[in-house]
Amino acid sequence: MKLYLKIWRQKDASTPGRIVDYTLDGVEGDMSFLEMLDILNEELVSKGEEPVEFDHDCREGICGTCSLQINGEPHGPDRLVTTCQLHMRKFNDGDTIVIEPFRATAFPVIKDLIVDRSAFDRIQQAGGYISVNTSGNTIDANAIPINKYDADEAMDAATCIGCGACVAACKNASAMLFTSAKVSQFALLPQGQVEATERVQNMVRQMDLEGFGNCTNTGACEVECPKGISLTNIARMNREYLSATLKG
Amino acid sequence: MGILDSKIPSGPLADKWTKHKNDINLVNPANKRNIDIIVVGTGLAGGAAAATLAELGYNVKTFCYQDSPRRAHSIAAQGGINAAKNYQGDGDSNYRLFYDTIKGGDYRSREGNVYRLAEVSGNIIDQCVAQGVPFAREYGGMLDNRSFGGVLVSRTFYAKGQTGQQLLLGAYSAMNRQINRGKIQAFNRHEMMDLVLVDGKARGIIARDLVSGKIERHSAHAVVLATGGYGNVFFLSTNAMGSNVMAAWRAHRKGAFFANPCFTQIHPTCIPVSGDHQSKLTLMSESLRNDGRIWVPKKMEDAIAIREGKKKPTELAEEDRDYYLERRYPAFGNLVPRDVASRAAKERCDAGFGVNKTGEAVFLDFASAIERYGKEKALTSGLKDPDKATITKLGEEVVEAKYGNLFQMYEKIVDQNPYKTPMMIYPAVHYTMGGLWVDYNLQTTIPGCYSAGEANFSDHGANRLGASALMQGLADGYFVLPYTIGDYLSKDIRTGKIPTDSPEFDQAEKQVRERMEKLMSGSGIHSVDYYHKKLGKIMWNKCGMARNEKELKEAIKEISDLRKDFWENVKIPGSIESKNQELEKAGRVADFLELGELFAKDALHRNESCGGHFREEYQTEEGEALRDDENFKYVAAWEYKGEPKDAELHKEDLVYENIELKTRSYK
Repeated sequence: MKLYLKIWRQKDASTPGRIVDYTLDGVEGDMSFLEMLDILNEELVSKGEEPVEFDHDCREGICGTCSLQINGEPHGPDRLVTTCQLHMRKFNDGDTIVIEPFRATAFPVIKDLIVDRSAFDRIQQAGGYISVNTSGNTIDANAIPINKYDADEAMDAATCIGCGACVAACKNASAMLFTSAKVSQFALLPQGQVEATERVQNMVRQMDLEGFGNCTNTGACEVECPKGISLTNIARMNREYLSATLKG
Repeated sequence: MGILDSKIPSGPLADKWTKHKNDINLVNPANKRNIDIIVVGTGLAGGAAAATLAELGYNVKTFCYQDSPRRAHSIAAQGGINAAKNYQGDGDSNYRLFYDTIKGGDYRSREGNVYRLAEVSGNIIDQCVAQGVPFAREYGGMLDNRSFGGVLVSRTFYAKGQTGQQLLLGAYSAMNRQINRGKIQAFNRHEMMDLVLVDGKARGIIARDLVSGKIERHSAHAVVLATGGYGNVFFLSTNAMGSNVMAAWRAHRKGAFFANPCFTQIHPTCIPVSGDHQSKLTLMSESLRNDGRIWVPKKMEDAIAIREGKKKPTELAEEDRDYYLERRYPAFGNLVPRDVASRAAKERCDAGFGVNKTGEAVFLDFASAIERYGKEKALTSGLKDPDKATITKLGEEVVEAKYGNLFQMYEKIVDQNPYKTPMMIYPAVHYTMGGLWVDYNLQTTIPGCYSAGEANFSDHGANRLGASALMQGLADGYFVLPYTIGDYLSKDIRTGKIPTDSPEFDQAEKQVRERMEKLMSGSGIHSVDYYHKKLGKIMWNKCGMARNEKELKEAIKEISDLRKDFWENVKIPGSIESKNQELEKAGRVADFLELGELFAKDALHRNESCGGHFREEYQTEEGEALRDDENFKYVAAWEYKGEPKDAELHKEDLVYENIELKTRSYK
């Protein structure tokens, strides 16, 4: 395949960026999208040019490091995959592909296609945990039975990889899906009940402080989420938030 | 004993850890506030250690090259975590987990360490459940278990196929709690460039801010290296792209002994290589061997026809299939340990029975599991005389509930539907049992420098059993290191803050700068990846699943030549003072080029086959590994002496007081 790439290049956070055109030949369908970029970078390095920087690590769809807005969609045209698992067989010879970083005020660009998603860490630090000491002096793991359906639903929420696609997909750049996934995981488990009120209030407060937009229920986040995190989580968080507010 | 004192406490095996905890010194809470600890790496071991140390009251600084601690590669572990809970009532016990682990490791690990691991394993599950880790449950609300290779009980706890992710997010949440309290300062997108020693003790690190390129000095009273394994020395592995040996190797160069580098795990069930563009390999969890049956065609002509696409695997009759693991190892069947399963796959493919276009793949088939589950489900759903299509549909639903995410991953990568046609798999580099030598306290040979998780060599001997890496990482991090490090730090309560303007820090920073400048001065045309791939090829071909004296000697020469070429010619664009991914990779590959040679040297000196280390010269007539306990029942710990070829060997003899050494048999 021969591809025409339009890639966002930006030296650093304080320098304006721009789209640069590249033509890449010899791309095969079995390559992942990132392996395609590897080949481009190999060519650039051999010409003495600076390669295109992008975030990536595990390359098996679980670490949440890779991002990329591909032809306007976070993680590209395929469903339920991250960019690292998107394969070139989804594209055709002669295609033009526009590659940009995830766009959101709360995700400033660091360089080229790399953005700063530390706002997500700060939301988690505000309350995304159960305050139990890690000394191992707890009760037996089977002491509290947990309904299988609740456990499974908690697991589904917990599979969020924190990649930020939900924010990049949202016209408001809202982080509701991300935040609600963590709130839901703990809301569904007995262990999470003790701190439920403070948790949802603190996490939502931090989410707002970071400059993420509001949720207007467009559902774009759910469509683009590589892990299929459900909108139900947002509804659950809204309920948690409301009941926390009523409790004061 | 010499300088390699394992410090295993005396007394009966089951009492050692309790006795040790009672004997060691403690630091009082007020004094902990005056003590700083650096933790490098935020995976299961590092994240857990950082959280617990901060909770105890120490001031912790964590470092990771990723943009968040949550992204460490522990996250990719799929299948599960072992614990001797005996919830299934199938005869499990601490002793059995201990025994299985020693045997699985082919009798090359320490009894004391492994028993402790088994002893705290149950506590890990309690701890994680309390933290809100959503483990799989049965309908009655109790925790579910599955089986893994090399054992005869069900002791593996899991969270779908994402157990590592859930455990890591648990450790990350514990870290977040401490970050919120101000007890942990997290330095993300930072890489440790060197270890700083003051008066022979580890007192800090030189780190590089990977965004600004700025070099930083950080001091502490102790340094914990929990930086994972070195599987990426093979270029292609199941490790993350950024996984590297730099921190451990920098410590090695400063005096920490490196133990058993040649003990590497080649995992039997990975998606086969598809072409030269390949950047990494993807694991298909060992849990799949609970239900999948591994086979190749019995007849050569069928294998050829399948390779050429003229025949489909589903067209082959039962009697034309060779379920070689079930044939060779009837007692354990498809659940033999990883090293055994990998070698058996290689043996069949080398004999010409491989099933993909490269000839390096075998089938992992779920057809009979789908049928079995389908029938079971039909029965429990009250369906009488269901037809085959219904059974298949029901069976596929059960398999999807168990392994859905793995099947989806396979389909995305290979573009084939594993519910309808068998998966193709082949062994790939996955885990490294070798690592920094540590004593019972997890301290390296440098005072104040500790190592936890995969980065150390401690618990898995020559082969790690499935679902034991998560167990060890969390055991080290949550329960072992926070105790043992206190014994060392109790002598530091009057030391005060360690200054970073000392000559030692000056010197270390200078060396780091000079090294980067040297890397940037390369005059050739080839990129870092070019060298890394070349190194990987040498390692895979000559230090991989089967090794021999001739090729190991060649490997040593080739790696040494490649290293020279690299340092003279590697081409790195950009600058040192800014974000530069090529420079980051170069620093890591530079260390792999040294480690690789030591790896080969270690493999060459170990004239026996044990666990993942298979020397072709040492095998039985049936092709099984031939161990030599008389001459090699020791840990090989290498001391840095300049070039890898000059590394000096120190032996820690392994003492077995509770277990009788036997030839490992899974037949």
